[in-house]
Amino acid sequence: MPPVLESLLKIAVLVGGLMTAAAYLVLVERWIAAWVQDRLGPNRVGVPLTKIRLFGLGQPVADGVKFLTKGEFTPGQVDKILYFVAPVAIFVAAMAAFAVVPLGSVVLPASWGFDGPVRLAVAPGLDVGMLYIFAVGSVAVYGVVLGGWASNNKYSFFGAVRSSAQLISYELPLGLGILGVILATGSLRLDNIIVEQARSGTWNVFVQPLGFVVFCVAAFAEAGRLPFDLPEAEQELVGGYHTEYLGVKLMLFMVSEFLHMILAAFLIVILFLGGWHFWGLTGSAEAVSWPVALLRVVVLLAKVMGVILFFMLARWSWPRFRYDQLMEVAWKVMIPWGLINVVVVATWMEYGVQLARPWNLSAAQGMAIVGWGVLLLCWLATTIIDPTASGNRPRRDLSVNDNCSE
Amino acid sequence: MLTHATQRTTMKSDDRNINWVQEPRLGLAGRSYLLLFVQGLTTTLRHFFSRKKTVQSPEQRHEIPDPSIYRGVHRLNRDQRGRVKCVACFLCATACPANCIDIVAAESPWTDREKYPQSFTIDELRCIFCGMCEEACPVDAIELTSLYDLSGKSREEMVFDKEKLLSVYDRTKDAKPMRTSRGEGRGAGDGE
Repeated sequence: MPPVLESLLKIAVLVGGLMTAAAYLVLVERWIAAWVQDRLGPNRVGVPLTKIRLFGLGQPVADGVKFLTKGEFTPGQVDKILYFVAPVAIFVAAMAAFAVVPLGSVVLPASWGFDGPVRLAVAPGLDVGMLYIFAVGSVAVYGVVLGGWASNNKYSFFGAVRSSAQLISYELPLGLGILGVILATGSLRLDNIIVEQARSGTWNVFVQPLGFVVFCVAAFAEAGRLPFDLPEAEQELVGGYHTEYLGVKLMLFMVSEFLHMILAAFLIVILFLGGWHFWGLTGSAEAVSWPVALLRVVVLLAKVMGVILFFMLARWSWPRFRYDQLMEVAWKVMIPWGLINVVVVATWMEYGVQLARPWNLSAAQGMAIVGWGVLLLCWLATTIIDPTASGNRPRRDLSVNDNCSE
Repeated sequence: MLTHATQRTTMKSDDRNINWVQEPRLGLAGRSYLLLFVQGLTTTLRHFFSRKKTVQSPEQRHEIPDPSIYRGVHRLNRDQRGRVKCVACFLCATACPANCIDIVAAESPWTDREKYPQSFTIDELRCIFCGMCEEACPVDAIELTSLYDLSGKSREEMVFDKEKLLSVYDRTKDAKPMRTSRGEGRGAGDGE
């Protein structure tokens, strides 16, 4: 099979799959929201013009048709060019990041014209996969900021400003969380990270729980999910940066949000939860025959779905952070934790074997004990020091007359 | 005096009249966030698996716990001889805060009262379903039923006239008995 055709096929499957997944995750999100609130959720829309309901599985199609057939109205006060560029930018960035997400490799019969194993990713050979995701992911901030700016609306602008500060702040802990994994693996390639975890049989979450916590929190914030959804904050900002959008452009924003969530879930699974690996089920060789490869894809997607379900449950479990709390969690808790994690992992990579030997432990066991100990210590220290405690109110002993002129 | 009243007053944060309430400092358990984390998640999960309270309207009907105090669509009651009970005293129209009741009174063709409503219309779109008319009525002629799914295709359709209100009574008289028999007793004994 010619490489171009192969790539095109992969892109078609990926884009189609992601769009379908995003559409149906909207339905899942609404179901979960409903169940948490003791409701039933959408269960009416089935096959059109019949009484067949299919538990509401027709809902995403109906939503899509509704979005696409809306009148394409452009508000008068917007910046025309940026108003169109913003949703495209955020959507392209969200979609492009999936190019390096690996689903495993499969050995197909040579008679079909394949030489060597087929890697199930659009851009499988990219050595800087992790950097690529970061670089492309950062473009998403532009979509939000441009959208808010172009809308020429107070609330949109609030949303955009909040979002730019939030996304930039949380990119630091996100990177620090990954750094530990990259140090332990010695590669930026996502499939190498999975293979390394599969080979040793210990997922990174067991040996680097601190990094996992930091990365998870940062991933929630980067995906803009509750309790970090300040860019949108429906209750305060109408709809945040996409208040002025409607129709297809609004749909692009919505789909991008879900793509961000899917990407965050994929990254959590690949970096910390072992990717397609499951003990005694999927083996650890890099390339396998198709039944095992299929099983690996199923395992990977099941894990991703589990993380996404947690994302959706989290939305209804904890209240949104206040803006100053959000910043304090990033700068005073998550970044120090991330730095400590990097130092601990780096130290253990260098001296781990020697340190573990007198205790009769393997390097992984020692790392796990150290990792959980450090997490416990960090959590305890944060609890006692309480760096995020600060009133949001003006202090009574300070006079505001001096610095507040009328 | 006038200048004082119109003077622009801005309250400063060091104003003595402000009573600053400090939020309580969390204890160790609260500050660790772990307990609150688990609490939030368990609450969500408990509701996630709990029995759902949705009523699948229109296949299922809402069950109204006490129809006698429910405030739904109005009806005009009939007495035992099938005549409208209303004596056109205008108390309900006076009590109505939404001014949605319109009565045209005329001399009664019956001997037991002086007036009766020649026309009696309620604008159901204007009505706020406060039940004041029901409270005001001296003869228990107007009542709120437990019909809650009120809908129509035009505004005109939603202005209920006397016949429509009486037909609501015919539809609901078995489902919802009258609250008192005060008015009934009055009109029943006397002949024409």
